[in-house]
Amino acid sequence: MEEKTNIMERIAEANRPVTTGVDEKDIKDWVTIYIMGKGYRVPADLTILTAIEYAGYRLLRSVGCRQGHCGACATIYRRAGEYKLQADLACQTRVEDGMYLVQIPFSPAEKAIYDITKEPYDASVFIKYYPEVARCVSCNTCTKSCPQDLEVMDYVQSAIRGDFEAVADDSFDCIQCGMCAIRCPAEIVQYHVAQLGRRMYGRYGLTMPKHLKKRVEEIEKGKFKEAMDTITSKSREELEKMYAERQREPD
Amino acid sequence: MKIAYYPGCTLKTTAKNFETSAIAIARELGIEMVELPRWTCCGTVFSLTADDLIHHVAPIRNLIRVQEMIENGQIEDEKRVLTLCSMCFNTLKRSNLRVKENTEDLKKINDLMYREKDYRAEIEVIQLLELLKEIGFDKLKAKAKNPLKNLRVAPYYGCMILRPIEVGIDDPEDPTIQKDLLEALGAEVIDNPYKKVCCGSYQTVNNKEKVAELAYNILGHAQQEGAEAITTCCPLCAFNLDTRQKEVLKNHPDFQQMPVFYITQLIAVAFGLDNKTFGFNQNYVDPKPLLKKKGLIK
Repeated sequence: MEEKTNIMERIAEANRPVTTGVDEKDIKDWVTIYIMGKGYRVPADLTILTAIEYAGYRLLRSVGCRQGHCGACATIYRRAGEYKLQADLACQTRVEDGMYLVQIPFSPAEKAIYDITKEPYDASVFIKYYPEVARCVSCNTCTKSCPQDLEVMDYVQSAIRGDFEAVADDSFDCIQCGMCAIRCPAEIVQYHVAQLGRRMYGRYGLTMPKHLKKRVEEIEKGKFKEAMDTITSKSREELEKMYAERQREPD
Repeated sequence: MKIAYYPGCTLKTTAKNFETSAIAIARELGIEMVELPRWTCCGTVFSLTADDLIHHVAPIRNLIRVQEMIENGQIEDEKRVLTLCSMCFNTLKRSNLRVKENTEDLKKINDLMYREKDYRAEIEVIQLLELLKEIGFDKLKAKAKNPLKNLRVAPYYGCMILRPIEVGIDDPEDPTIQKDLLEALGAEVIDNPYKKVCCGSYQTVNNKEKVAELAYNILGHAQQEGAEAITTCCPLCAFNLDTRQKEVLKNHPDFQQMPVFYITQLIAVAFGLDNKTFGFNQNYVDPKPLLKKKGLIK
């Protein structure tokens, strides 16, 4: 098979529905993977997610957008001959021969309830809602377990010293899969700490963009009321017709 | 001269005044403190347990950052990292010493941090007072266009820059480094034996009243000797001696509150620097009335 170097091509390749419309005898490369300890022969170009489905499982949890955006399909796996556990997203990771794996459907991590309008914009807010952050020993296990390759330990450390901007920047691409929290020896809930940080930074750290302020004022003055009323008064059939006839750029 | 600088969390939160004043006086002395990129917790309190290596990971990771700064040519002082906070100084220096003396420990810690380059145990950890002494207190004196005349100051050391003896920066029984410095700046120094009596440290979390009593003894003794202010370089000592004066006053209504300075704040005053660098708004007992009375600030 031709070597694919472009990452998007590789993702597209991995998502190709190999199991439908292809005769198994046309598939050249096969690997054996172990799903919760049980071995299965699967086509080598599948992702972990499609391989699990190929093996006959129907996933109700541990699956979401299938595009690497939602964080629902966290997987823990170990490669053949290695002792280290790896964490990744099942929809973004290709199977390897001898891989042992399990899906993590849910992270039962504590999630604090707070009202950001009543909290001070300093480090104490993290200690108040997530006091475990102070137990961080900088082992970096969270960073190593992040499928998004975020510097998780760095943003936890930034939270301890009240650097909201760094917390927000370093955690911006977090998809809340929960792997960091599951692996952390200090039992910190990193991804919820980061969300608190982003919320606080959004409210107190960032200045309101001028165009947003202007648009909110326009909405409040009723600039779009007529257009909205027109749409919301239509029937389903009329809306479908409008959608089909909408102005759009060619595909 | 550019030197690697490790701040620690307290200097970014409740002791910003220590940091702003230190950076300002260092700049005045031709020293640029370059903050470590991606620094983590110092480890807060050196772990004495023999096999508890995980608590030395944080300090050693920070020293790896210093190593990287040297490799990247970000600093000119090629072997040292500067600290301000006594606690950070103590933890970093003791962990450093432990891995320097015990290569087996160093190997285990390096193995755990396999994503980092190995720490080679070549860095030295210093505290700002040591650097100032090295520059020479006479140089500081020459910079003091606003000498601390008639100001009666009692230096307070606490424990973290003095003990244990192998990491201490001065005689643990009779330290004089702050005295020598303050005298060079023109202050009248009240040296008293309570300068190294325990401030109560972390007891302040669960045992406020006990700490207030310790503060009352330390402050009261200095006052009896005629002191008008205290200096320190430990944010925890500063908290216990300064903020706990609220409880002291409650228990001893005749107690006269007195300002507690980070020594860098008084140096900044003596240098006549911009008053924005003093950060007096973070001091619990407002030092401004005393300094105004002495004609040291406007």
